[in-house]
Amino acid sequence: MTTLTINGTERRFEGDPDMPLLWFLRDELGLTGTKFGCGQALCGACTVHVDGNAVRACQTPVSAIDGAKVTTIEGLSPDGEHPVQVAWRGLNVAQCGYCQTGQIMQAAALLKDIPDPSDDDIDTAMSGNLCRCGTYPRIRAAIKQAAKGGRP
Amino acid sequence: MIVNLSRRGLLGGLAGGGLVLGIGLPRVEAQQAGFGADGMPNGWRDDPRLFIAIAEDGIVTVTCHRQEMGQGVRTSIPMVVAEELEADWSKVRVTQADGDEGRFGNQDTDGSRSLRHFFMPMRRAGAAARTMLEAAAAKQWGVPVAEVRAANHQVLHEKSGRALGYGALAKAAADMPVPDRATVRLKDPANFRLIGKEGTELLDNRDITTGKAIYGIDARVEGMFYAVVARPPVFGGKVTSFDAAETMKVPGVVKVVAIDPPAIPSEFQPLGGIAVIARNTWAAMQGRDKLKISWDDGPHAVYSSDTYRAQLQEAARKPGKVVRTAGDVDRAMAGAAKRVEAEYYIPHLAQTPLEPPAALVRIAGGRCEAWACTQAPQATRTRLAQRLNIPEDKVTVHVTLLGGGFGRKSKPDFVLEAGLCSQAMDGAPVKMTWTREDDLHHGYYHTVSVERIEAGLDAAGKPVAWLHRSVAPTIGSIFAPDPKHELPVELGMGLVNTPFPLPNIRIENPEAQAHARIGWFRSVSNIPHAFAIQSFVAELAHAAGKDPKDYLLELIGAPRVVDPTTLGDVWNHGEDPKRYPIDTGRLRRVIETAAGGIGWGRAMPQGSGLGIAGHYSFVSYVAAAIEVKLGSRGELSFPRVDIAIDCGPQVNPERIRSQMEGAVVMGTGLALSAEISFKDGRVQQNNFDAYELTRIDTAPREIHVHLLPSRDYNQPLGGVGEPGVPPIAPAIANAIFAASGKRIRQLPIRDQVTT
Repeated sequence: MTTLTINGTERRFEGDPDMPLLWFLRDELGLTGTKFGCGQALCGACTVHVDGNAVRACQTPVSAIDGAKVTTIEGLSPDGEHPVQVAWRGLNVAQCGYCQTGQIMQAAALLKDIPDPSDDDIDTAMSGNLCRCGTYPRIRAAIKQAAKGGRP
Repeated sequence: MIVNLSRRGLLGGLAGGGLVLGIGLPRVEAQQAGFGADGMPNGWRDDPRLFIAIAEDGIVTVTCHRQEMGQGVRTSIPMVVAEELEADWSKVRVTQADGDEGRFGNQDTDGSRSLRHFFMPMRRAGAAARTMLEAAAAKQWGVPVAEVRAANHQVLHEKSGRALGYGALAKAAADMPVPDRATVRLKDPANFRLIGKEGTELLDNRDITTGKAIYGIDARVEGMFYAVVARPPVFGGKVTSFDAAETMKVPGVVKVVAIDPPAIPSEFQPLGGIAVIARNTWAAMQGRDKLKISWDDGPHAVYSSDTYRAQLQEAARKPGKVVRTAGDVDRAMAGAAKRVEAEYYIPHLAQTPLEPPAALVRIAGGRCEAWACTQAPQATRTRLAQRLNIPEDKVTVHVTLLGGGFGRKSKPDFVLEAGLCSQAMDGAPVKMTWTREDDLHHGYYHTVSVERIEAGLDAAGKPVAWLHRSVAPTIGSIFAPDPKHELPVELGMGLVNTPFPLPNIRIENPEAQAHARIGWFRSVSNIPHAFAIQSFVAELAHAAGKDPKDYLLELIGAPRVVDPTTLGDVWNHGEDPKRYPIDTGRLRRVIETAAGGIGWGRAMPQGSGLGIAGHYSFVSYVAAAIEVKLGSRGELSFPRVDIAIDCGPQVNPERIRSQMEGAVVMGTGLALSAEISFKDGRVQQNNFDAYELTRIDTAPREIHVHLLPSRDYNQPLGGVGEPGVPPIAPAIANAIFAASGKRIRQLPIRDQVTT
């Protein structure tokens, strides 16, 4: 049995220990804000925070993170007012929006480590997150705006 | 009342015109609007009661019958309604219509036409609702309706200083007669507050940024199961035998179901195979891995991209079906001072919306209910009813957000798979999920083309003869025994209707057989046609020793208005193409604007270059000017892109800009790295490691979007979702030539510049 703290709530998992965290979150817990895009850690749509670090939930077996604290997009901020979320809305970053929860989680982790990232820092941290709609220019701008608190 | 909603059927005398029950209003043909979906199945509706609900607290809910996949339609349709309704934008919400074209009019969300077709109906709906609110207030006050007016979510009687909010009036307004659409008063565009204005936040923004937005893959109901399908690795193949013993041992797997292979042409039917149904997606995927299946690959196991490319080239070097001709090309070619020819290759692409195809279906009490990320909800409904043998009026299709569509989700094969699995589970809800591998291996691919162009130039370097052969398997092959020729809709995507005033021109379309499912991909055949033509124009400029931008403008010629039917373009979503004349002045203007933006003609350092391309598609004019920089090993970067669009009158400029930004990024990806290739009938790319899309570090860093203003709302609203893509790849190829002298004639570019 694996025990995780997900968005502050303790959750127990007794299924296939190889099951990736992604499917535990989505299918068992109904936390569908974490998205499936590739299943191979190639697109970043499933990015969550495990003990504060951005990881790909599709390649993280539940059993490998026993005891960890997991934060998903649903738990990033109690009121949706994390500076990254505020900046994302302010700049209308999203098009279809599907990848954006993963982008936001990745960007939030980046800003925790590097509060005022350069373009190169953004490229390095964000290049694992695909956006098929092509919102990259606004993602870049929103990260810079979030670094200043989220509002212009 | 019963109305005939197919003008095409009526006028063309074709069978199957389609009678549907109208909604009780007299129907006025859309000529008064000028442009509309009257040529599309089920046409349009503008009854405010279908689209607008006002609650007693004043909240206005607009029902959006077009599907949201990132283009912003769930914000722009409500903007149009709210404008005429004089609604306070902060009190406007949006809800999504179920698939029901008898009720809502045409819902297929494709062709970059939602606002072109529904701008006027939605304006009339908003204006009619406003009129009903005014009538209700006037009645309550006992004053002539001419003395009241609506503004900012209330109706005012200025004489007496009285005001009533929309919430307070909602109930009474619902009992007022719906005004006649012929006389309903529309706003003067000079007074627009929302339409054409900046600063509108997306209505779905909060849900998207907090993870609450629901896509097809996110749909959940009590007691649901999860399924994946093992499909034939080759299109047209089928299962000969299978053994699911190991699959059934996987904890969580509950059932294995065979899905019959489709008749060919397969249209939107599933490909067949073996479905594994389980208690979660992971178990279903594990169970699928353990299936032992013997396949009969069928006739398309011969399909290999290398040999197929050679076949297309061979076809392009011989005469083919003539699809447009003027003058005497052979004679002019023979007498030309110089001849230039080039062959371009554009491979298959996959749409790869980041949300793969996924849908949830349940069947209970004789009713089928689906939740799906579909661009075509009515087609989904019809096909579910047919395939599951349930009357259509007992099939409901709820449309979720689409995590990208790009044409893939116009085809509901994945929803039918979910339906078949639910049926096999006695109606229990089943969620069908496609993995990324499924999406790449079993898609509806963008066609693969060889475009061969030959031109004869006079002594001044001006073309006097032009011969273009376009060879590509057609989308028509999924609907009918393979026609082997491009359909009118494909020919009209920048092949026949390129408005160069050439005295001698012949366009041919030799045969090409399809060996895979061919489908729409954002911008469709405009991609290969624009790549070839806009690259070739730059090649001619080089041959003539002229600046490519100046040469392109010379080729377009003086500003004039061209009737597309004189160019052999005979199709525009069932409307008369004459309704949409091509204005070469507008094409010139976007080219000049993009060139001006990037500083065309400025001195470039060694290894850097500028390229330009302009293209007309979906009733919009777009040009892109791109700066390419070559690294020390020939690696490419894009310091700046200027893209200019003239789409006529605009609804939400901010979303037009975002669509252009996205088009630049997607266009860069298909230029640089995206390719679907086949070997022995099987797709060679498994996931995003091999099917490479643009990432943030490879995307152009600076994208400047120039929106050409238009305040003439009597003009058609040009498309926005697709027209940005076609000019990007040729502009990049032209910039690479300027930077390095290397001419790219094959996509994707990959390492062609370094080798």
